[in-house]
Amino acid sequence: MQEIPILQTPVAAAADTAKRSPPAETPSARRRLSRVKERFIEALLFLAAFSSVAITLGIVGTLLFESSTFFAHVSLGEFLTAPLWTPLFAPPRFGIMPLVMGTLVTTAVALAVALPIGTVVAIYLSEFAPASVREVIKPALELLSAVPTVVYGYFALQFMSPLLQKVFPGLPTFNMLSAGMVMGIMIIPYVSSLSEDAMRAVPMSLREGAYAMGANRIITAIRVVYPAALSGIVASYILAISRAIGETMIVAIAAGMQPNLTIDPREPAATITAFIVQVSLGDLPHGSIGYQSIFAAGITLFIMTLVFNILGYILRKRFREVY
Amino acid sequence: MADFKNIIVKRKRQDFLFNIIGILCTLVGILTLGALLVDLLMDGLTRLNWTFLTSFPSPFAERAGILSSWVGTLLIMIVTASAAVPLGVAAGIYLEEYARKNWVTNLIEINIANLAGVPSIIYGLMALSLLVYQFRLGQSVLTGGLTLAFLILPIVIVATREALRTIPQGIREAAYALGSTKWQVVRHHLLPYSLGGTMTGIIIALSRAIGETAPLITIGALTFIAFLPPPPIKAQPPFVSFDWLWSPFSVLPIQMFNWVSRPDQDFVVNAAGAGLVLIIVTLLLNAIAIMIRYRVRKRIKW
Repeated sequence: MQEIPILQTPVAAAADTAKRSPPAETPSARRRLSRVKERFIEALLFLAAFSSVAITLGIVGTLLFESSTFFAHVSLGEFLTAPLWTPLFAPPRFGIMPLVMGTLVTTAVALAVALPIGTVVAIYLSEFAPASVREVIKPALELLSAVPTVVYGYFALQFMSPLLQKVFPGLPTFNMLSAGMVMGIMIIPYVSSLSEDAMRAVPMSLREGAYAMGANRIITAIRVVYPAALSGIVASYILAISRAIGETMIVAIAAGMQPNLTIDPREPAATITAFIVQVSLGDLPHGSIGYQSIFAAGITLFIMTLVFNILGYILRKRFREVY
Repeated sequence: MADFKNIIVKRKRQDFLFNIIGILCTLVGILTLGALLVDLLMDGLTRLNWTFLTSFPSPFAERAGILSSWVGTLLIMIVTASAAVPLGVAAGIYLEEYARKNWVTNLIEINIANLAGVPSIIYGLMALSLLVYQFRLGQSVLTGGLTLAFLILPIVIVATREALRTIPQGIREAAYALGSTKWQVVRHHLLPYSLGGTMTGIIIALSRAIGETAPLITIGALTFIAFLPPPPIKAQPPFVSFDWLWSPFSVLPIQMFNWVSRPDQDFVVNAAGAGLVLIIVTLLLNAIAIMIRYRVRKRIKW
């Protein structure tokens, strides 16, 4: 608790010097003035850094505040167990589960694509590819995550869905499978780039030890490098999961807007994020139940990503290897 | 002896096989990117002309254009950059150069790492409640720009810190030895030397902000808007006007979303056209960022 008084003094000190103007042009006075200026600048910079904490407080505060009015109308029991989510119809039902299910299914499809491919790409780039190939491929793959998500949504609906309909006849135009797959491709670079960084940070001596024991590259990669880099790799997986849970436009465009309690990825279903978009697109009177329901959905989403972030933090600590 | 040779052959084959798998998996990513670009080009290139860029949206697909949405995107980016860049760079400087190791610094660092993992739509919800209704900024360009500024703040902070970290300690010590104050070191040495890295981060962050759709939909950006915000320059003194900050707006990705969700195939062509513009701008920004990074890395040898 000692920092705060120190940080407040510059303001008081600045006011103090302002009273005693003009400053005498002696070295000591100039030095004092410059010290005041330094303190003032440091305080400004601190405020800038602290603004990120203010943003977090703003997020948590508004989510709690707005959803508390929602939960004044709707019991937590109904919210968590009711099988229907129809907040804007009569009679309204407020079961978040169909939306949570939609989010989990699209996320699962995305991870089924992104984790294996991303990990293999990371191992390939870190252990197999020549440096010249890596220097080109890595930025090229990172462009995948630079493409706006609304463009991916278009791609999922106009390209991936028709393609999948050839494989699965009878697949509806809006389905979680194509949205999830495109989302998976989008998050490949999150997995591959961060995992590759982690693997390349593993000291060469570990690999050389494995080679000396007669292991080949792939065995070394799987048995030595992968476990040694696990904390970084897990961090990249967790980041990919948070991205997939929070992804909005791809699922809003390609997975459909109807809440649907199902685990079949071939069906259309709304996710939490798609619901928020759908309600926001309509006329949304401040304080109406529709307005409050998007904050209830939002806090659910926030808690889901927070759980994964904390889990990632714990796993990182648990698997941290120090060289 | 034959056994031994067999094992070696088998192990080599394993390596070769994984090499192939690795290349295939990499190709999945690269080819998808290619397919996406080709798909957009095939669908949207016919619509991409001057009229498309200079027309307002319209109920008739052939006459509809993206004028109001690209102007909206431009204005939002001006607000976002002018809020996020000073704030983010200042925060980065504080954390890298000034911060003492204590619980406040720790809290800020954990917090920034966490903010980067918060879904973008959550920022939209926060802005809707706080900026639109509590601070009464309305569903305006100002609100939209600030929302995206909050969103990219962690990227700018992290980029600034990484750029500062590459500057050798000797530079700081040399400046202190000549009697510089901390701020003089930052202002005259660290900021100029880290400019390349910081700029790269800022451009990447802005390219991400241009494509953001969800948070702006949440705060209530319009999907159909047939007028432009008031111009920033006026004929009468004081010649500049900030009325555009309070204007309602639409942006390119929202316009594209609006068109892609219509069943009419003609509008899908428009969506592809808007998507092309969007993707060209983001890829261009990324190319600039990569170029700056490359040149900085080549030029500076500590």
